[in-house]
Amino acid sequence: MRAVDAIVECLKAEGVDTVFGIPGGANLPTYDALYDGGVRHILCRHEQGAGHAAEGYAKASGRVGVALATSGPGATNLTTAIADAVMDSVPCVFITGQVRTDMLGTDGFQEADVTGITMPIVKHSSMIRDPRDIPREIHEAFHIARTGRPGPVLVDIPQDLSRADIDYEPNPALQLPGYQPKSEGNVKQIRLAAKALANARRPVIYAGGGVVSAEAAAELTELCTSDRFPVTLTIMGLGAFPAPHEQWLGWLGMHGTRAANYAMDEADLICAIGARFDDRVTGKLAEFAPRAKFIHIDVDPAEISKNVPAHIPIVGDAKRILPKLVREYRALEADSSRLDAWWERIHGWQERYPLTYEDSDDEEIKPQFMIEAIHEATGGEAIITSDVGQHQMWTAQYYPFSAPRRWINSGGLGTMGFGLPAALGAQVANPEATVVCVAGDGSLPMNVQELATCVMEDIPVKVFLMNNFYLGMVRQWQELFWGRRYSAVDMGTSPDWVKLADAFGATGLRATEKSTLLDTMRQALETPGPVVLDVHVSKEENVYPMIPAGAAARDMVG
Amino acid sequence: MAEEPAASDVLSLDELEAVSGARTGRRHLLSVLVENKPGVLARIAGLFSRRGFNIETLAVGPTDDPTVSRITLTVDGAAHPIDQVTKQLHKLVNVLKIRDLDPDETVTRELALFKVSADDGRRAEIVGVADIFRGKVIDVSKRSVTVEITGTGAKIEAFEELVRPFGLVELVRTGETAVTRGRLVT
Repeated sequence: MRAVDAIVECLKAEGVDTVFGIPGGANLPTYDALYDGGVRHILCRHEQGAGHAAEGYAKASGRVGVALATSGPGATNLTTAIADAVMDSVPCVFITGQVRTDMLGTDGFQEADVTGITMPIVKHSSMIRDPRDIPREIHEAFHIARTGRPGPVLVDIPQDLSRADIDYEPNPALQLPGYQPKSEGNVKQIRLAAKALANARRPVIYAGGGVVSAEAAAELTELCTSDRFPVTLTIMGLGAFPAPHEQWLGWLGMHGTRAANYAMDEADLICAIGARFDDRVTGKLAEFAPRAKFIHIDVDPAEISKNVPAHIPIVGDAKRILPKLVREYRALEADSSRLDAWWERIHGWQERYPLTYEDSDDEEIKPQFMIEAIHEATGGEAIITSDVGQHQMWTAQYYPFSAPRRWINSGGLGTMGFGLPAALGAQVANPEATVVCVAGDGSLPMNVQELATCVMEDIPVKVFLMNNFYLGMVRQWQELFWGRRYSAVDMGTSPDWVKLADAFGATGLRATEKSTLLDTMRQALETPGPVVLDVHVSKEENVYPMIPAGAAARDMVG
Repeated sequence: MAEEPAASDVLSLDELEAVSGARTGRRHLLSVLVENKPGVLARIAGLFSRRGFNIETLAVGPTDDPTVSRITLTVDGAAHPIDQVTKQLHKLVNVLKIRDLDPDETVTRELALFKVSADDGRRAEIVGVADIFRGKVIDVSKRSVTVEITGTGAKIEAFEELVRPFGLVELVRTGETAVTRGRLVT
């Protein structure tokens, strides 16, 4: 069998039904095998789009996303998606073509040292040197991508080796002696954590994207509701605990709620689960949660005590650990009334500082109003992807997510242009779901070419463009911290998004008035096929509240 | 609801102490077993540079198992939290085992080659110093003598201090390598 046919067999054995990519010289053999190999291939219009589509597919489904690219520029175009996947722990396998082995190192046509270039941004990578290793390497890539802390794995295959004839045996034994992620969690530590929770008077449970990756949302909710523990989530974790909920404080960090940030600031015990104390969460590290002791549950031991020293570290899979923690906690029969004073304080913040905005008294559409309208139009049931910027923050603030894997954004890397291709991938993974990309007018042009993919492959994503004609988040920072010197943030009025959508063969709609917005959104959702809805919103609205960069949580403004 | 929690269940949060993350303040010698595969050293070097860890010395060589190599490296525990260094190293799929060697339980050796200027008929004097350090003369020319010294880093530095006044043309060091004392496997 040709090695490339073995690759397709491996993909099928891994349960892959769809791959995203673009062919080129060095991966021509792979595409020949895909021609009638029985795996759906979605031809994207840029490799970055293919990479984010694979991420969107993975984030929406929990399965491994796969993207293919040719050597040189094809592979370098993937790098932003690879970096995005490593930052947000997205299970993806990237398979790149490489020049023939006799040309390696000669600066051959379309040669780039892709394993070298991507070394700092992959969970693992390998370059094939013996075609007989290809099936094992492909299976190892999937195993590494999906287990432990998920992440991107790259397999680079020289063109001549991919054409080689090999003996293919299904399910080759993996050879990963140095890779043994822990899952169970230390029992003594779990017991100690339960005891700490039972003795805390001002506890907060702070959970992140790791809970979503671990498929542990139900287990998290069980823990939180095993007592009246206040809960906050990172932006990556939204949906892991159902919002709204009486124990839900909102998300935390730079644009989170005051209740969540103030609770972290005054907590005596913080139980971090699948979260990594990112700088957008902690603000000024030296003044972060100064009164708190920390339980830190994470599958990646290197996250423990990386930014914030943990007092009770527990390494393992949240899905395995949380039920044990709940059992231990319940056995202690802690007196719930010890939390009364704490809740009184939290309720005080919630009443005093609700998430709110000043609505217009005319037809002007406030961005926050737009997000609330999306929630209403979709019944809160859609899969929402976003680009990066103000619209992303407002979506996270004003669209309550009641279930995991409904909120797909680029949190760690902050990749503008992520939303549309990610929506494409999410829709492919969930053909029946309503998938809405909340886009920014700065972000959307960065991967707008994928509208063609949506049209040609009949992927009916709805792009709701929050158009304020600015690079809004940069403008906000210039307004607040750079003396209103608006340098290079004016996006102007190009393109005409309705005409652009039309040119792609999608449906273009526009909304400029508050009173008709909801109807236009409903019309967009009911229109078959991909739609771009260009919503003109207030030009200079700011995202509040806000922890200024480098400030502490209690110094929130706005 | 429960009554007062049992005495054994009372835990003052004040009793809890943070684990690790701290600087140890001393030099650490890490012995790292890795799969003998292309690019593994690049992965380790890349990890150190992008995480801002500084490698002081590095020695790489084969082991008795041809599929496994050993990397011995030293890191300043005053500048970096060692547990972060080892945990990040462990995340590399090709890293098999890491030992943070206890200085009291470890024998370390480094090899250094000193090329010393011997212009003024001072060769005998240099050889005399080398003898004291149980060094070996491995090359002689009209104007220089090259001495091989094996020992701990401190011994090599002591020798360097003594021969520098003669005119040190060149010094080449391998970086420290180490093995645990006794029967224990490194």
